[in-house]
Amino acid sequence: MAMSNPGNRVTQGQFSFLPELTDEQITAQIKYALDNGWAVNIEYTDDPHPRNTYWDMFGMPMFDLKDPAGILMEINDCRKTFPNMYIRVTAFDNTHGWEAPRMSYIVNRPPNEPGFKLQRTERDGRSMGYTITSYAADKPEGERA
Amino acid sequence: MSDTENATAEQNTEILPEGASVNLQEEFEQSQVQEVLDKLDRELVGLVPVKTRIKEIAALLLVDRLRRQFDLTSETPTLHMNFTGNPGTGKTTVALRMAEILHRLGYVREGHLVSVTRDDLVGQYIGHTAPKTKAVIKKAMGGVLFIDEAYYLYKPENERDYGGESIEILLQVMENNRDDLVVILAGYKDKMDRFFESNPGMRSRIAHHLDFPDYSSEELEAIAELMLSDLNYQLSADAKKALHDYIPLRMKLPHFANARSIRNALDRARLRQANRLFADRNKSLSKSDLTTLDAEDFLVSRVFVEGKLDGDPADGILNPVSMDKTD
Repeated sequence: MAMSNPGNRVTQGQFSFLPELTDEQITAQIKYALDNGWAVNIEYTDDPHPRNTYWDMFGMPMFDLKDPAGILMEINDCRKTFPNMYIRVTAFDNTHGWEAPRMSYIVNRPPNEPGFKLQRTERDGRSMGYTITSYAADKPEGERA
Repeated sequence: MSDTENATAEQNTEILPEGASVNLQEEFEQSQVQEVLDKLDRELVGLVPVKTRIKEIAALLLVDRLRRQFDLTSETPTLHMNFTGNPGTGKTTVALRMAEILHRLGYVREGHLVSVTRDDLVGQYIGHTAPKTKAVIKKAMGGVLFIDEAYYLYKPENERDYGGESIEILLQVMENNRDDLVVILAGYKDKMDRFFESNPGMRSRIAHHLDFPDYSSEELEAIAELMLSDLNYQLSADAKKALHDYIPLRMKLPHFANARSIRNALDRARLRQANRLFADRNKSLSKSDLTTLDAEDFLVSRVFVEGKLDGDPADGILNPVSMDKTD
Protein backbone atom coordinates (compact mmCIF):
# COMPACT_ATOMS: atom_id res chain seq x y z
CA MET A 1 0.00 0.00 0.00
CA ALA A 2 2.79 2.35 0.88
CA MET A 3 4.37 1.62 -2.48
CA SER A 4 1.35 2.52 -4.56
CA ASN A 5 0.12 5.37 -2.40
CA PRO A 6 2.94 7.25 -0.73
CA GLY A 7 1.80 9.33 2.21
CA ASN A 8 -1.34 7.25 2.72
CA ARG A 9 -3.47 9.76 0.87
CA VAL A 10 -7.11 8.89 1.03
CA THR A 11 -8.36 8.42 -2.50
CA GLN A 12 -12.11 8.95 -2.59
CA GLY A 13 -14.28 10.68 -5.11
CA GLN A 14 -13.10 12.56 -8.15
CA PHE A 15 -9.57 13.86 -8.76
CA SER A 16 -8.22 12.13 -5.67
CA PHE A 17 -5.26 10.61 -7.53
CA LEU A 18 -4.27 14.05 -8.82
CA PRO A 19 -2.32 16.65 -6.90
CA GLU A 20 -4.52 18.83 -4.66
CA LEU A 21 -6.81 21.07 -6.67
CA THR A 22 -6.04 24.77 -6.55
CA ASP A 23 -8.80 27.19 -5.65
CA GLU A 24 -8.97 28.16 -9.29
CA GLN A 25 -9.51 24.55 -10.34
CA ILE A 26 -12.10 24.06 -7.62
CA THR A 27 -13.91 27.17 -8.85
CA ALA A 28 -13.92 25.79 -12.39
CA GLN A 29 -15.37 22.50 -11.19
CA ILE A 30 -18.08 24.28 -9.20
CA LYS A 31 -18.89 26.38 -12.23
CA TYR A 32 -19.39 23.19 -14.21
CA ALA A 33 -21.80 21.87 -11.57
CA LEU A 34 -23.73 25.15 -11.40
CA ASP A 35 -24.00 25.34 -15.20
CA ASN A 36 -25.61 21.91 -15.07
CA GLY A 37 -28.09 23.11 -12.49
CA TRP A 38 -26.80 20.96 -9.64
CA ALA A 39 -26.96 22.08 -6.03
CA VAL A 40 -23.54 22.24 -4.44
CA ASN A 41 -22.93 21.23 -0.82
CA ILE A 42 -19.93 21.29 1.44
CA GLU A 43 -19.40 18.37 3.83
CA TYR A 44 -16.74 17.50 6.37
CA THR A 45 -15.70 14.55 8.48
CA ASP A 46 -12.79 13.25 10.56
CA ASP A 47 -13.40 9.59 9.68
CA PRO A 48 -11.88 8.75 6.30
CA HIS A 49 -13.20 5.17 6.15
CA PRO A 50 -14.53 4.58 2.62
CA ARG A 51 -17.79 3.20 3.97
CA ASN A 52 -18.37 6.30 6.09
CA THR A 53 -21.28 7.91 4.28
CA TYR A 54 -22.25 10.16 7.17
CA TRP A 55 -20.35 13.32 6.47
CA ASP A 56 -21.60 16.45 8.24
CA MET A 57 -22.90 19.31 6.16
CA PHE A 58 -21.26 22.66 6.51
CA GLY A 59 -24.17 25.09 6.41
CA MET A 60 -27.16 24.69 4.15
CA PRO A 61 -27.12 23.19 0.68
CA MET A 62 -26.76 26.06 -1.76
CA PHE A 63 -29.56 26.25 -4.29
CA ASP A 64 -30.11 28.74 -7.11
CA LEU A 65 -26.55 29.97 -7.27
CA LYS A 66 -25.06 31.27 -10.49
CA ASP A 67 -21.50 31.99 -9.56
CA PRO A 68 -18.93 29.84 -7.73
CA ALA A 69 -17.45 32.73 -5.75
CA GLY A 70 -19.95 32.33 -2.92
CA ILE A 71 -19.28 28.61 -2.62
CA LEU A 72 -15.53 29.12 -2.57
CA MET A 73 -16.14 31.59 0.25
CA GLU A 74 -17.94 28.85 2.18
CA ILE A 75 -15.19 26.33 1.43
CA ASN A 76 -12.62 28.69 2.87
CA ASP A 77 -14.83 29.26 5.90
CA CYS A 78 -15.05 25.51 6.39
CA ARG A 79 -11.29 25.12 6.00
CA LYS A 80 -10.79 27.75 8.66
CA THR A 81 -13.24 26.04 11.01
CA PHE A 82 -12.02 22.46 10.44
CA PRO A 83 -8.44 22.67 9.20
CA ASN A 84 -7.70 19.09 10.34
CA MET A 85 -10.66 17.38 8.75
CA TYR A 86 -11.59 16.05 5.35
CA ILE A 87 -13.76 18.48 3.43
CA ARG A 88 -15.51 17.55 0.21
CA VAL A 89 -17.69 19.32 -2.28
CA THR A 90 -20.64 17.44 -3.70
CA ALA A 91 -23.01 18.45 -6.49
CA PHE A 92 -26.50 17.03 -6.28
CA ASP A 93 -28.57 16.49 -9.40
CA ASN A 94 -32.29 16.58 -8.63
CA THR A 95 -33.54 15.71 -12.10
CA HIS A 96 -35.89 12.74 -12.23
CA GLY A 97 -34.06 9.49 -12.69
CA TRP A 98 -30.84 10.82 -11.20
CA GLU A 99 -31.66 12.29 -7.80
CA ALA A 100 -28.12 11.63 -6.70
CA PRO A 101 -24.78 13.37 -6.28
CA ARG A 102 -23.13 13.76 -9.66
CA MET A 103 -19.83 15.10 -8.40
CA SER A 104 -17.88 14.66 -5.21
CA TYR A 105 -14.29 15.63 -4.54
CA ILE A 106 -12.07 16.33 -1.58
CA VAL A 107 -10.92 19.93 -1.17
CA ASN A 108 -9.21 19.68 2.20
CA ARG A 109 -7.45 16.89 4.08
CA PRO A 110 -5.66 16.71 7.41
CA PRO A 111 -1.93 17.45 7.33
CA ASN A 112 -1.25 13.96 8.61
CA GLU A 113 -3.12 10.99 7.21
CA PRO A 114 -2.23 7.91 9.25
CA GLY A 115 -3.86 5.47 6.85
CA PHE A 116 -5.69 2.22 7.57
CA LYS A 117 -5.03 -0.87 9.56
CA LEU A 118 -5.75 -4.20 7.96
CA GLN A 119 -7.27 -6.69 10.38
CA ARG A 120 -7.39 -10.39 9.65
CA THR A 121 -9.88 -12.62 11.32
CA GLU A 122 -9.55 -16.39 11.17
CA ARG A 123 -12.88 -18.01 10.58
CA ASP A 124 -14.27 -21.53 10.22
CA GLY A 125 -12.16 -23.82 8.14
CA ARG A 126 -9.18 -21.48 8.39
CA SER A 127 -10.79 -19.06 5.96
CA MET A 128 -9.76 -15.44 6.35
CA GLY A 129 -11.96 -12.38 6.96
CA TYR A 130 -10.47 -9.02 6.26
CA THR A 131 -11.50 -5.58 7.51
CA ILE A 132 -9.87 -2.17 7.62
CA THR A 133 -10.06 0.48 10.31
CA SER A 134 -8.69 3.95 9.99
CA TYR A 135 -6.10 4.94 12.56
CA ALA A 136 -7.54 8.45 12.37
CA ALA A 137 -10.78 7.20 13.94
CA ASP A 138 -9.08 5.47 16.85
CA LYS A 139 -10.02 8.09 19.36
CA PRO A 140 -13.63 8.93 20.16
CA GLU A 141 -15.35 11.55 18.05
CA GLY A 142 -14.47 15.07 19.08
CA GLU A 143 -11.01 14.12 20.33
CA ARG A 144 -9.59 13.13 16.98
CA ALA A 145 -8.48 16.29 15.24
CA MET B 1 -21.64 37.23 -24.85
CA SER B 2 -18.94 34.64 -24.50
CA ASP B 3 -16.90 36.63 -27.02
CA THR B 4 -16.84 39.57 -24.68
CA GLU B 5 -15.85 37.36 -21.81
CA ASN B 6 -13.01 35.82 -23.76
CA ALA B 7 -11.86 39.24 -24.82
CA THR B 8 -11.77 40.40 -21.22
CA ALA B 9 -9.88 37.36 -20.09
CA GLU B 10 -7.29 37.90 -22.77
CA GLN B 11 -6.83 41.52 -21.93
CA ASN B 12 -6.25 40.76 -18.33
CA THR B 13 -3.36 38.50 -19.09
CA GLU B 14 -1.67 40.53 -21.82
CA ILE B 15 0.16 43.68 -20.87
CA LEU B 16 0.93 46.05 -23.65
CA PRO B 17 4.33 47.74 -23.96
CA GLU B 18 4.80 51.43 -23.20
CA GLY B 19 4.65 52.67 -26.79
CA ALA B 20 1.62 50.65 -27.90
CA SER B 21 -1.70 52.27 -28.70
CA VAL B 22 -5.26 51.14 -28.16
CA ASN B 23 -8.44 52.09 -29.91
CA LEU B 24 -11.27 53.24 -27.68
CA GLN B 25 -13.81 53.04 -30.48
CA GLU B 26 -12.86 49.46 -31.26
CA GLU B 27 -13.04 48.51 -27.63
CA PHE B 28 -16.43 50.20 -27.33
CA GLU B 29 -17.85 48.36 -30.31
CA GLN B 30 -16.45 45.08 -29.14
CA SER B 31 -18.08 45.46 -25.73
CA GLN B 32 -21.53 45.87 -27.34
CA VAL B 33 -22.46 48.35 -24.65
CA GLN B 34 -24.08 50.65 -27.19
CA GLU B 35 -26.75 48.03 -27.70
CA VAL B 36 -27.73 48.17 -24.02
CA LEU B 37 -27.61 51.96 -23.99
CA ASP B 38 -29.87 52.06 -27.04
CA LYS B 39 -32.27 49.67 -25.36
CA LEU B 40 -32.26 51.91 -22.31
CA ASP B 41 -33.08 54.92 -24.51
CA ARG B 42 -35.84 53.02 -26.24
CA GLU B 43 -37.43 51.51 -23.17
CA LEU B 44 -37.18 54.40 -20.79
CA VAL B 45 -38.70 57.74 -21.54
CA GLY B 46 -37.02 60.81 -20.07
CA LEU B 47 -34.61 60.21 -17.16
CA VAL B 48 -31.95 62.26 -18.93
CA PRO B 49 -29.71 62.77 -15.88
CA VAL B 50 -29.77 59.04 -15.13
CA LYS B 51 -28.98 58.07 -18.70
CA THR B 52 -26.14 60.59 -18.82
CA ARG B 53 -24.73 59.22 -15.62
CA ILE B 54 -24.90 55.64 -16.88
CA LYS B 55 -23.07 56.64 -20.05
CA GLU B 56 -20.44 58.30 -17.89
CA ILE B 57 -20.03 55.17 -15.81
CA ALA B 58 -19.80 53.04 -18.94
CA ALA B 59 -17.12 55.38 -20.31
CA LEU B 60 -15.20 55.22 -17.05
CA LEU B 61 -15.24 51.43 -17.05
CA LEU B 62 -14.23 51.27 -20.69
CA VAL B 63 -11.26 53.57 -20.14
CA ASP B 64 -10.38 51.61 -17.03
CA ARG B 65 -10.30 48.47 -19.12
CA LEU B 66 -7.91 50.09 -21.57
CA ARG B 67 -5.73 51.33 -18.72
CA ARG B 68 -5.55 47.80 -17.50
CA GLN B 69 -4.03 46.75 -20.79
CA PHE B 70 -1.10 49.02 -19.94
CA ASP B 71 -1.03 47.61 -16.42
CA LEU B 72 -1.89 51.04 -15.06
CA THR B 73 -4.37 49.93 -12.46
CA SER B 74 -5.06 46.58 -10.94
CA GLU B 75 -7.80 47.38 -8.47
CA THR B 76 -11.40 47.00 -9.55
CA PRO B 77 -13.15 50.35 -9.30
CA THR B 78 -15.90 50.56 -6.69
CA LEU B 79 -19.14 50.02 -8.53
CA HIS B 80 -21.69 49.95 -5.73
CA MET B 81 -24.49 52.35 -6.46
CA ASN B 82 -27.36 54.11 -4.84
CA PHE B 83 -30.57 54.81 -6.77
CA THR B 84 -32.89 57.34 -5.20
CA GLY B 85 -36.22 58.46 -6.48
CA ASN B 86 -39.95 58.22 -6.02
CA PRO B 87 -41.83 55.01 -6.77
CA GLY B 88 -42.34 54.15 -10.41
CA THR B 89 -39.42 56.15 -11.75
CA GLY B 90 -37.68 53.13 -13.25
CA LYS B 91 -35.09 52.22 -10.64
CA THR B 92 -35.48 48.46 -11.05
CA THR B 93 -35.44 48.64 -14.84
CA VAL B 94 -32.29 50.73 -14.80
CA ALA B 95 -30.69 48.29 -12.33
CA LEU B 96 -31.43 45.46 -14.76
CA ARG B 97 -29.77 47.35 -17.61
CA MET B 98 -26.88 48.28 -15.36
CA ALA B 99 -26.27 44.60 -14.64
CA GLU B 100 -26.20 43.99 -18.38
CA ILE B 101 -23.74 46.82 -19.01
CA LEU B 102 -21.44 45.65 -16.23
CA HIS B 103 -21.59 42.14 -17.63
CA ARG B 104 -20.72 43.25 -21.15
CA LEU B 105 -17.78 45.23 -19.86
CA GLY B 106 -16.64 42.23 -17.86
CA TYR B 107 -17.09 43.71 -14.39
CA VAL B 108 -19.54 41.04 -13.28
CA ARG B 109 -19.28 37.48 -14.48
CA GLU B 110 -22.92 36.47 -14.87
CA GLY B 111 -24.89 39.69 -15.12
CA HIS B 112 -28.01 38.55 -13.31
CA LEU B 113 -29.98 40.74 -10.93
CA VAL B 114 -31.10 39.53 -7.53
CA SER B 115 -33.78 41.84 -6.19
CA VAL B 116 -34.35 41.71 -2.43
CA THR B 117 -35.90 43.70 0.39
CA ARG B 118 -35.40 43.76 4.14
CA ASP B 119 -37.40 40.56 4.61
CA ASP B 120 -34.97 38.57 2.49
CA LEU B 121 -31.94 39.75 4.45
CA VAL B 122 -32.96 40.19 8.06
CA GLY B 123 -33.92 37.23 10.22
CA GLN B 124 -36.56 36.80 12.88
CA TYR B 125 -34.42 35.70 15.79
CA ILE B 126 -30.84 35.72 17.01
CA GLY B 127 -28.56 33.82 14.67
CA HIS B 128 -31.04 33.86 11.82
CA THR B 129 -29.81 36.99 10.08
CA ALA B 130 -26.24 36.04 9.17
CA PRO B 131 -27.08 32.84 7.26
CA LYS B 132 -30.01 34.55 5.58
CA THR B 133 -27.97 37.51 4.41
CA LYS B 134 -25.12 35.27 3.34
CA ALA B 135 -27.45 33.04 1.33
CA VAL B 136 -28.74 36.08 -0.55
CA ILE B 137 -25.21 37.34 -1.12
CA LYS B 138 -24.14 33.98 -2.46
CA LYS B 139 -27.06 33.99 -4.85
CA ALA B 140 -26.10 37.42 -6.11
CA MET B 141 -22.40 36.61 -6.58
CA GLY B 142 -21.31 37.18 -10.13
CA GLY B 143 -24.17 39.60 -10.63
CA VAL B 144 -25.91 42.56 -9.08
CA LEU B 145 -27.63 42.61 -5.70
CA PHE B 146 -30.49 45.09 -5.79
CA ILE B 147 -31.75 46.06 -2.33
CA ASP B 148 -35.07 47.81 -2.62
CA GLU B 149 -36.15 50.16 0.17
CA ALA B 150 -32.70 49.72 1.64
CA TYR B 151 -33.34 52.22 4.43
CA TYR B 152 -35.61 49.69 6.13
CA LEU B 153 -32.49 47.69 6.96
CA TYR B 154 -31.64 50.12 9.68
CA LYS B 155 -34.21 50.82 12.35
CA PRO B 156 -32.68 53.20 14.87
CA GLU B 157 -35.75 53.18 17.12
CA ASN B 158 -35.25 49.51 17.94
CA GLU B 159 -31.82 48.73 19.31
CA ARG B 160 -32.49 45.00 19.26
CA ASP B 161 -33.25 45.06 15.56
CA TYR B 162 -31.20 42.57 13.54
CA GLY B 163 -30.88 44.89 10.53
CA GLY B 164 -27.54 46.17 11.78
CA GLU B 165 -26.06 42.72 11.58
CA SER B 166 -27.17 42.42 7.99
CA ILE B 167 -25.63 45.80 7.16
CA GLU B 168 -22.34 44.72 8.72
CA ILE B 169 -22.16 41.58 6.60
CA LEU B 170 -23.06 43.56 3.51
CA LEU B 171 -20.36 46.11 4.21
CA GLN B 172 -17.79 43.39 4.61
CA VAL B 173 -18.76 41.76 1.33
CA MET B 174 -18.95 45.09 -0.48
CA GLU B 175 -15.35 45.70 0.53
CA ASN B 176 -13.82 42.23 0.20
CA ASN B 177 -15.72 40.78 -2.75
CA ARG B 178 -15.70 43.78 -5.03
CA ASP B 179 -14.78 41.55 -7.95
CA ASP B 180 -17.67 39.20 -7.34
CA LEU B 181 -20.62 41.41 -6.56
CA VAL B 182 -22.07 44.84 -7.22
CA VAL B 183 -24.60 46.15 -4.71
CA ILE B 184 -27.26 48.65 -5.74
CA LEU B 185 -29.35 50.26 -2.99
CA ALA B 186 -32.63 51.91 -3.85
CA GLY B 187 -35.21 53.98 -2.06
CA TYR B 188 -36.77 57.38 -1.47
CA LYS B 189 -34.25 60.17 -1.50
CA ASP B 190 -34.85 61.63 1.96
CA LYS B 191 -35.02 58.25 3.67
CA MET B 192 -31.85 57.05 1.96
CA ASP B 193 -30.08 60.26 3.01
CA ARG B 194 -31.03 59.56 6.61
CA PHE B 195 -29.93 55.94 6.20
CA PHE B 196 -26.50 57.04 5.01
CA GLU B 197 -26.19 59.56 7.83
CA SER B 198 -26.52 56.79 10.37
CA ASN B 199 -24.37 54.37 8.35
CA PRO B 200 -21.34 56.36 7.21
CA GLY B 201 -19.53 53.13 6.35
CA MET B 202 -22.18 52.41 3.74
CA ARG B 203 -21.94 55.87 2.23
CA SER B 204 -18.19 55.71 1.76
CA ARG B 205 -18.43 52.37 -0.01
CA ILE B 206 -20.87 53.61 -2.60
CA ALA B 207 -19.31 55.34 -5.55
CA HIS B 208 -22.29 56.37 -7.61
CA HIS B 209 -25.37 58.16 -6.40
CA LEU B 210 -28.07 58.41 -9.06
CA ASP B 211 -31.18 60.44 -8.48
CA PHE B 212 -34.25 59.54 -10.52
CA PRO B 213 -36.41 62.60 -11.22
CA ASP B 214 -40.20 62.43 -11.38
CA TYR B 215 -41.68 62.27 -14.85
CA SER B 216 -43.37 65.26 -16.44
CA SER B 217 -46.90 64.78 -17.77
CA GLU B 218 -45.58 64.72 -21.37
CA GLU B 219 -43.15 61.98 -20.46
CA LEU B 220 -45.91 60.02 -18.77
CA GLU B 221 -47.99 60.28 -21.94
CA ALA B 222 -45.10 58.91 -23.96
CA ILE B 223 -44.71 56.12 -21.40
CA ALA B 224 -48.41 55.29 -21.72
CA GLU B 225 -48.11 55.01 -25.50
CA LEU B 226 -45.06 52.79 -25.13
CA MET B 227 -46.81 50.53 -22.66
CA LEU B 228 -49.89 50.25 -24.86
CA SER B 229 -47.95 49.43 -27.99
CA ASP B 230 -46.18 46.69 -26.03
CA LEU B 231 -49.60 45.28 -25.17
CA ASN B 232 -50.90 45.67 -28.73
CA TYR B 233 -53.39 48.35 -27.84
CA GLN B 234 -53.86 51.78 -29.34
CA LEU B 235 -55.62 54.98 -28.36
CA SER B 236 -58.30 56.62 -30.42
CA ALA B 237 -57.88 60.34 -31.01
CA ASP B 238 -60.43 61.12 -28.30
CA ALA B 239 -58.82 58.71 -25.90
CA LYS B 240 -55.50 60.43 -26.44
CA LYS B 241 -57.06 63.68 -25.39
CA ALA B 242 -58.76 62.04 -22.41
CA LEU B 243 -55.45 60.59 -21.28
CA HIS B 244 -53.81 63.95 -21.80
CA ASP B 245 -56.35 65.45 -19.38
CA TYR B 246 -56.23 62.50 -17.03
CA ILE B 247 -52.51 62.55 -16.29
CA PRO B 248 -52.21 66.05 -14.74
CA LEU B 249 -55.33 65.34 -12.65
CA ARG B 250 -53.92 62.05 -11.43
CA MET B 251 -50.55 63.64 -10.64
CA LYS B 252 -52.22 65.98 -8.17
CA LEU B 253 -53.89 63.16 -6.25
CA PRO B 254 -52.17 61.36 -3.37
CA HIS B 255 -50.16 58.16 -3.84
CA PHE B 256 -49.03 59.07 -7.29
CA ALA B 257 -46.42 56.54 -8.33
CA ASN B 258 -45.30 57.85 -11.72
CA ALA B 259 -45.16 55.17 -14.42
CA ARG B 260 -46.76 52.60 -12.14
CA SER B 261 -49.89 54.73 -11.69
CA ILE B 262 -50.06 55.14 -15.43
CA ARG B 263 -49.86 51.41 -15.93
CA ASN B 264 -52.64 50.88 -13.42
CA ALA B 265 -54.77 53.50 -15.17
CA LEU B 266 -54.23 51.72 -18.46
CA ASP B 267 -55.10 48.39 -16.88
CA ARG B 268 -58.38 49.83 -15.67
CA ALA B 269 -59.06 51.33 -19.10
CA ARG B 270 -58.52 47.90 -20.63
CA LEU B 271 -60.96 46.46 -18.14
CA ARG B 272 -63.57 49.06 -19.05
CA GLN B 273 -62.98 48.47 -22.74
CA ALA B 274 -63.56 44.77 -22.29
CA ASN B 275 -66.76 45.49 -20.38
CA ARG B 276 -67.89 47.93 -23.01
CA LEU B 277 -67.38 45.36 -25.76
CA PHE B 278 -69.08 42.71 -23.70
CA ALA B 279 -72.08 44.93 -23.06
CA ASP B 280 -73.17 44.75 -26.69
CA ARG B 281 -71.82 41.41 -27.55
CA ASN B 282 -74.18 40.83 -30.46
CA LYS B 283 -72.15 43.21 -32.58
CA SER B 284 -69.38 41.65 -34.62
CA LEU B 285 -66.00 43.08 -33.75
CA SER B 286 -63.10 44.01 -35.96
CA LYS B 287 -59.47 43.81 -34.99
CA SER B 288 -59.34 47.53 -34.42
CA ASP B 289 -62.33 47.31 -32.06
CA LEU B 290 -60.36 44.90 -29.96
CA THR B 291 -57.20 46.96 -29.89
CA THR B 292 -58.56 50.46 -29.54
CA LEU B 293 -59.19 52.18 -26.23
CA ASP B 294 -61.82 54.89 -26.44
CA ALA B 295 -62.21 58.16 -24.58
CA GLU B 296 -65.07 56.76 -22.51
CA ASP B 297 -62.77 54.08 -21.15
CA PHE B 298 -60.87 56.84 -19.43
CA LEU B 299 -63.59 59.40 -18.79
CA VAL B 300 -65.59 57.23 -16.39
CA SER B 301 -62.61 57.13 -14.04
CA ARG B 302 -63.34 58.61 -10.64
CA VAL B 303 -60.36 60.87 -11.14
CA PHE B 304 -62.53 62.74 -13.63
CA VAL B 305 -65.90 62.30 -12.05
CA GLU B 306 -65.20 62.97 -8.40
CA GLY B 307 -61.57 64.00 -8.39
CA LYS B 308 -60.85 60.94 -6.29
CA LEU B 309 -58.77 57.83 -6.80
CA ASP B 310 -60.28 54.80 -8.41
CA GLY B 311 -60.89 52.30 -5.66
CA ASP B 312 -57.72 50.38 -6.23
CA PRO B 313 -55.20 50.08 -3.47
CA ALA B 314 -52.58 48.89 -5.94
CA ASP B 315 -52.45 52.41 -7.27
CA GLY B 316 -51.11 53.68 -4.01
CA ILE B 317 -47.98 52.86 -2.08
CA LEU B 318 -49.66 50.25 0.07
CA ASN B 319 -47.74 47.52 -1.61
CA PRO B 320 -44.65 49.12 -3.05
CA VAL B 321 -42.34 46.17 -2.63
CA SER B 322 -43.94 43.65 -4.88
CA MET B 323 -45.05 46.27 -7.36
CA ASP B 324 -41.61 47.68 -7.94
CA LYS B 325 -40.36 44.50 -9.47
CA THR B 326 -42.58 44.80 -12.46
CA ASP B 327 -42.24 48.42 -13.52
